[in-house]
Parts: sequence; structure tokens; C-alpha cells
Amino acid sequence: MFKQLPNSDVEMVDVFLNQQKISVPMGTSVAAMALSNGLRSTRTTVISNSRRAPFCMMGVCYDCLMIIDGKANQRACMTHVAQDMHVESQQRVGPILGEVL
Amino acid sequence: MKNHYQLVIVGAGPAGLAAAVTASEQGISCAVLDEQAAVGGQIYRAIESVPEQRAKVLGTEYQRGTALAKAFRESKAEYFPNTKVWSLTADKQIGLLHDGKSKLITADQVLLVSGAIERPVPFPGWTLPGVMQAGAGQILFKSSGVVPSEGVVLAGSGPLLLLLAWQYMQVGVEIKAMLDVTPLSNHLQAMPKLPRALLAHHYLTKGLVYQRDLKRAGVVTKIGVSDLRAEADENDELQTVHYRHLGREHSIETGLLMTHFGIIPHIWLTQAAGCKHQWDKSQQCWRPSHDKWGNTSLQGILVAGDGAGINGARSAEHTGRLAGLQALYALGVISEAERDKQSITERKWVKAERHIRPFLEAYFAIPQEMLATHAKDTIICRCEEITAGEIRTAVEQSHGDSNQVKYLSRCGMGACQGRQCANAVAHIVADAGGLAVSEKSHFRGRPPVAPLSLQELASLSEENV
Ligand SMILES: Cc1cc2nc3c(=O)[nH]c(=O)nc-3n(C[C@H](O)[C@@H](O)[C@H](O)COP(=O)(O)OP(=O)(O)OC[C@H]3O[C@@H](n4cnc5c(N)ncnc54)[C@H](O)[C@@H]3O)c2cc1C
Ligand code: FES
Repeated sequence: MFKQLPNSDVEMVDVFLNQQKISVPMGTSVAAMALSNGLRSTRTTVISNSRRAPFCMMGVCYDCLMIIDGKANQRACMTHVAQDMHVESQQRVGPILGEVL
Repeated sequence: MKNHYQLVIVGAGPAGLAAAVTASEQGISCAVLDEQAAVGGQIYRAIESVPEQRAKVLGTEYQRGTALAKAFRESKAEYFPNTKVWSLTADKQIGLLHDGKSKLITADQVLLVSGAIERPVPFPGWTLPGVMQAGAGQILFKSSGVVPSEGVVLAGSGPLLLLLAWQYMQVGVEIKAMLDVTPLSNHLQAMPKLPRALLAHHYLTKGLVYQRDLKRAGVVTKIGVSDLRAEADENDELQTVHYRHLGREHSIETGLLMTHFGIIPHIWLTQAAGCKHQWDKSQQCWRPSHDKWGNTSLQGILVAGDGAGINGARSAEHTGRLAGLQALYALGVISEAERDKQSITERKWVKAERHIRPFLEAYFAIPQEMLATHAKDTIICRCEEITAGEIRTAVEQSHGDSNQVKYLSRCGMGACQGRQCANAVAHIVADAGGLAVSEKSHFRGRPPVAPLSLQELASLSEENV
């Protein structure tokens, strides 16, 4: 659904999106990286396990929560990609129960 | 970061940047905190790193941010990016999260310039993957150069929707349709406000040019659309957008729908501090009450920019400067006469920027039936997945205000802490016969205003020894 416009001025970093290695321009948010690499949804909800995707991209809706470097419930829209970062889609509360108060 | 500053500014958008430059010129200790990684706020997002070509597409208003960011970088204000403020008390103690660690700092004066958020307006299917806010689409473009690859439907109302369409058009994004939900009756309501708006005709002209360009590019705009509904495929992801236009049902196949229903002040911090708020009927939102300098009901806590009431980016810059001057005066750094003298031109600009607003507010007012949806199965609280029907039932069971509904249903208690549902809940409660929408119908705010992990909270003791 999304593509990233080419920008040759920027350094690339390698990140792992659901175990797959991809190359991404630095300065890209994790949410933008996930959407432009084919993910339509990035998590499922705690209550009904329904699929969700980033909605506001500005840190207020908490619908973009993903597992970033092993930590669940991270806002993908407020996190930038970094070299060797591991990003995974999150199911419900994610692996670390009770991370978020 | 020090434990105390004379002035702490929360937000590095146009209002915060302008305030910081003004205040730090006088040699006070001033810190600017922002949860984003870079300066610019919403309008000037990524202003320091954006490729030249993209800046061009984003337009001249966007490019104005370059000078402001530069002046800020040259100022003596200390800037802390990636710093989320999660609490503020009436005695000006600020709780923040920086580098994964929490910290408490204090200030003599606090200026909250935390800007606006997009007004969340629930409709059937708005939680589906593939449906997002238009501002989100714009952020993807501004900061990451990410745009729709297989077309997009834009729906809603307001100048930002038009701006996004125009920006997308420049980079060849296919706009499958523009569905404008502004009812035709709004046009009549707005007419009496047109003469004043003409004083700011450059804004009107810009809007008309955008519309003309889109039309020339073959973009279909439908005005007076209602009954917007997003429907999923077998994967639970957006497939079709349904709507009503001129009395007939229509549908479009699309994997992406971006909606916009105007913007509202982001008031979670002023609420946490206990500032007085009011319901602004014309802007259809709550905002902190304040005087012409930005003073809230709490001494030493100021507001400016769109967080104080929606007046746009240029106005944010001017009100930011005015609040900066007021902070200097309150700190005893400049005299009242000096403050007043320096504020004359700023105030003129603020007034000039206001000309267009009553017209825009009337023209783009969101219809009542959208604010208080009757579609029972529509999710209102995205976090706790509470529907409009459940809220109406709660009201029928004599839980007649938003806070009662919240405690009964958990609506507004999820991770976003009611940011996405507070508005709709207040409207639905009022529509169902409960408390009318007023300053009392917002969820009561309490810190932390953002979820913190136990680890993050625990780090407080280490940082503040
Ligand atoms: C998504 C979006 C896109 C927009 N795009 C445009 C546009 O293209 N053109 C236009 O004219 N207007 C735009 N606007 C309107 C916008 O409100 C501008 O008028 C302008 O950016 C307002 O300036 P400001 O300084 O008041 O706030 P903002 O520019 O919004 O800046 C507020 C800053 O405060 C920070 N902040 C908020 N809460 C906290 C917290 N708790 N802790 C730390 N930091 C915090 C935010 O990260 C942000 O950087 C947009 C609004 C939104 C919501
Ligand atoms: S998309 Fe809304 S918080 Fe990240």
C-alpha cells in the first residue's frame, strides 16, 4: 500500500522486520518502515485480537505498538530505525506481560 | 539536563521555537523538551533533514520553518529531543522520560506549547488497518518520504485534507476520490464570516488554487458526502469505502483511506496540571482558558500555539513570542513597559491571523451526527474496544456523564488515555440525554498522561538523587 520515495542523500541501515533483513534509509520511523515494506497491520488488539495498523503517526493513538529489540508495546511511529534493529509485529499484549502500566 | 530552569518549554513546534528564541535572548536558563527526535513540531516536521525536492513539494509555508529552526539552533536555549513529558503539577514540577529514564525537574515558568492532534471522529470501520488519519499520511511523507503506492481515498473536511491531496498530487500519488463530508448547510453558515476572511485573502486564494490544480489533475471531489463506512476483506483489513452522496449509495475499492476532521488542542498536560478549560463552541473542542499573554488559571503556567486554541502555524509563532515575553516579565527580567512595547507587532499579527478563522470554523464544522454517531456497533474507544451502543446503554442506565461512563465501561482507560475517544464520548453522552458538552464533560485528567513501564518509573529514584 505504501512505497518509499528514493533519497540518495541518506545513509542506509539494515533492520530485521519479522526476521527478514531489509535495508532502510536512516531517519525512517519504524512504522514507516513496516508500512512501506508490505505490512498492512502491525499488531493485534488485547481484547479481541483484531488487526490494527498505525493510525495517527504522531504518538497519540497507541495503535502502532510493536516489539522493538525484544521490548513489547513500543510506539513504532515515535521510534527511528537503527542498525541491526529487530522489529516484530505484536500479538495482543506481546511477550512481556505488563510492560505498560 | 539540570534539575531546575527558569523557563521550561514543552514542544518544539513554531510556538515553542519562537518562545525559546525570544526568552533565551535575555540570558535566562531555558530548556525546550520535545518527544520528537527533531525540531519543527507538526507543520515543520523534519525541517532540518528534509531533502530539497521534498521540501519544494511540501510548499512555501513548510519552508518558512527553516529560518525559525536556524534561529532556535543559534539561541542559548537548551534543547532536549526524544523527551516525553508525562506529568505536570500546579507547582510546576515536570515529570519526563529521556533516554528510557524518568526524571523530575522544576521551573519558575512553564510554557506548554504541545500543539494539536487530529480530531478523532469514529465511523464504522475506522479501526481497520488501511484507515488512518490524513495527518498520519502527511507525517509519513514529510519525515520518511513514504507515500501510497496503489492510490488512496481521502475523506473528511478541512484545509489539511486539501493540502495533503495537493502535496500527494505533486509526487504522482493516485487520489481515487476526495470525499468531503462538509454539509452544504455549512456554506450558508459561513457566508456572514466571509467579509472578515477576505482580509486574509491569501489563505483563501491558496485554497482555491489547490482545488483548481486538483481538478485539472482529474481528481474527483464529492461534496456533502455522508454515511462514511469502511469495510474489511477476509483478512480483517480495509477493502471498500462506502458513502452516500446526493441521496445514493456509492462504494470504492481501496486499500487505503485517509480521513481528516480538523484538529483540536492537545490538552492532556494542562488537564493534568489542573488548569481551567472551556468548551469552544466554534472550534468544537476543549481548550485551556487563558488571557492575551497565554497565562492559564495557574500562576506560572502558560500556553501558546495551537494547544491554546486552533489558530494555525503562523499565529503559533506570534503567540509563542508573546508568551516568551510574558515569562520574561514574570521572571522579573524585563519590565512591564518593555514587554508591552515588544509585543505590539506580534499582537497585530495574531489579530491578522485570526481573520480567516471564524469563516474556516463555520465552513468546516463537523456535522453533529458524525460527532455523536448513532451507529451502535462502531468502536469509540479504540483501546478498550467499547462501542457507541455500550456508551448509550450506560447513559440510559443513568450514568449521565463521561466520567461515569468511563468508570463503568473502561472507555478511555486504555493506553491512549482517552485521547481518541474523549470527544466522541462527550458528544454521545450529550446526545443520549446525559450531560451537555461543556468544560465538565471531558474525562478528568490524571498523571501520568502517557503510559510508563515499571522500569521507566523505577528509574526515577536513580535520576533524582
Ligand atoms: C498531524 C498534523 C499535521 C499538521 N500539518 C500542518 C501543515 O502541514 N500545515 C499547517 O499549516 N498546519 C499543520 N498542522 C497544524 C498545526 O497545529 C500547526 O498549526 C502548527 O504545527 C502548530 O504549532 P505549535 O507550535 O502550536 O504546535 P506543534 O507544531 O504541534 O508542536 C508541538 C510539539 O509538542 C510536542 N509535544 C506534545 N506533547 C508533548 C509531551 N507530552 N512531551 C513532549 N513533547 C510534546 C510535539 O512532539 C510537537 O513537536 C498540523 C497538525 C497536525 C496535528
Ligand atoms: S500511530 Fe498513533 S501512536 Fe503511533
